[in-house]
This record gives sequence, C-alpha cells and structure tokens, in this order.
Amino acid sequence: MSTKQPFEQIVTEHGATVLRVCRAVLSSVDADDAWSETFLSALRAYPELPADANVQAWLVTIAHRKAIDITRATARAAVPVADIPDRPSGWSTDHRDLDLAQSLAGLPDKQRHAVVYHYLAGLPYQDVAAVIGGSADAARRAAADGIATLRKTHASGEARKG
Amino acid sequence: MTTSTEGDGTDMFANLPPIGDTELQALRDRLAARAEATDLLDVAYRTIDTPVGTLLLAATPRGLVRIAYDREGLDTVLSGLAAKLSPRILSSPRRLDTAARQIEEYFAGRRHQFDLPLDFSLSTGFRRLVLDALPDIGYGHTASYGAIAAAVGNPKAVRAVGTACATNPLPLVVPCHRVVRSNGVIGPYLGGTEAKKLLLNLEAAA
Repeated sequence: MSTKQPFEQIVTEHGATVLRVCRAVLSSVDADDAWSETFLSALRAYPELPADANVQAWLVTIAHRKAIDITRATARAAVPVADIPDRPSGWSTDHRDLDLAQSLAGLPDKQRHAVVYHYLAGLPYQDVAAVIGGSADAARRAAADGIATLRKTHASGEARKG
Repeated sequence: MTTSTEGDGTDMFANLPPIGDTELQALRDRLAARAEATDLLDVAYRTIDTPVGTLLLAATPRGLVRIAYDREGLDTVLSGLAAKLSPRILSSPRRLDTAARQIEEYFAGRRHQFDLPLDFSLSTGFRRLVLDALPDIGYGHTASYGAIAAAVGNPKAVRAVGTACATNPLPLVVPCHRVVRSNGVIGPYLGGTEAKKLLLNLEAAA
C-alpha cells in the first residue's frame, strides 16, 4: 500500500521554502498569491503524485509555473505611472534582505531562476534543469553567472550602507 | 564573503531572516479556506482540549469521520486517514466548529445527545451494525457487550462487539464507552480505562 503523507505535512515541511522561492522571483504581494496558487494546485494533484516523487522539486516546478503566470498577468495589466517608486512595490522593510531582493530582481530570468532554485530551494542542477528547461550544465552556468553578478551588485550595496 | 569560492552562492542566502510563523500561518489559513471553497478539502481536522485529554476531530464534507484520543497518536491517525480516505488533509478548524462546541457542552454536562452529521466511511459490515446500535444506550446508562450482541441479532458475537467498540472511529459521539462487561467491570476503552471511568461518572452525575 502506498503510504502518502497527509497534505498538511507537506505544507509544514515545504511551506517556508516555497514562500522564500516565491519571494525571490516575485514581489511580495504576488509572492503570497503564488504561494497560495502553488499549494492549491499541489493539493489538487497530490493524490496522483507517485509515492516516490521528489516533493520539493515537484512544488518548485509548480511555483515556477505560477510565478510565470503571475508575471505575465501583471505585465498585461501594467499601466504607465507618473512616479516610479524607488523600490519594487510590496518589498516591505521589516523582515527581508532588501538589497539581495533587489539584486535578484535585476538578474535575467534564467539566471534568477537557476540561482533561486539551486541555492534557495536546494535543488540539484539536474532538477533545476527539469524546472527551467535546458541541460544541467546550462543551469549550472546560469546559476554561476547569476551569483557572480549578485556578488558584484550586492557587495556594492553593502559597501554603500557602510 | 572571503571564504566562498567563485560560483558558490550558498553564503548569499545564509543570512536571510526566517519566515515568520504568523505570516506563514495566515497563508495556511487562506489555503485551507480556498481548499474548502473549491471542494479540495477531503479531510479537515483540528484538536481540542478536554477533561479526557487532547482529542483529534476530523471531518469529510459529509460529516464527522474520526475522533481520536491522544494515546492513538495524532500522526498515526492522520496517516491512517490519508491511506483510507484521502491524502488531501489539512488542519482547518472551521468545519469542526459545531462538533467542538457540542463536545465542550457534553463535558460541561449541558449536552446529553450529539446532533452532528456523521460519516461512517471507516466502518463496514458487522462493526457498522454495532455502531448503529450504540446510540440506543441512553445518556447515563450502560449495556453489556452481550446485550449489544443480542440487540444486533447475533447474541454469540460478544467478542466481535468488543472489537467493534475497540475500533470505533467516532468514540464519545458514538457512545461505546457505555458498553461494559456483564459483571459490571468497566472494561477496556480506546481512550484508556480512566477516560471511560470519567465519562461514565460524568454521565451518572447529571
């Protein structure tokens, strides 16, 4: 008999990591929506998930698709505004590494996704490649390039703070 | 940053502040509400504190499906529900508000009968037959295993009645605690003999 954990257990184990991932690839409000959409989709599909599946990789794959959906919807809904805010809207200042978040937001999509899914979600490059497409080597290169850029921009931010 | 090598970015994320419990809980509550609204919440559960210890309450959309005592192990019970009913299980108190309130009233001595939709999916055959007969034992009364066996038309099935009581998925609400040995000994109970004694004393006092 396949022994599948109650879904509540899945949320307990992976909820925080998936929220970090969503926040690293989206703005704060959108990230909360992406988290909800991800777990709702996962709940729907959960009974059919093979018992030996890598749950973390499965959730990141869903979160990746939801983030893309939300980004596209936001882009479609975007209207020109007179005042451009200094920071991406929704990044609150209380419990987040703002500089890192901003630096991440500045990366090309592929690099940002590779960095977040490998370093933040802890997926091996093989799994990262399955999520974002391409080969494991390409995912590794994208992550390395992303980290190199982050190190430059993030370090200069740290220096400015003095 | 001097310890890291080129290409390793682990340190960049090492100092991220933790995700707050409150913000994650708010998201989890919203998930449970949306799951309920979209018919994806196959089993909702919560725990309540009572004079017989912590109780787990679980309900399907059809009704209360499981009450479990602490000693049965919350994780074990939930895993069992995942295997037997559905793994789409979330902690979601709302569906169990009425059950929780009625159980609270019962322990306060204000309620002698439960009025709740029950889902008997976890019981079949003879066991189900026995459970159906138990509510006929009124509040404050007891019956012997033999009497229940006779009541369901199988007087020799005393042991099977014992098994049906011992595997009652809805103790308390389906009153297997009112079934005692014919010599007056309280007998075993899935919540423990102490719990059974407490329930019978509570009912006798009213």
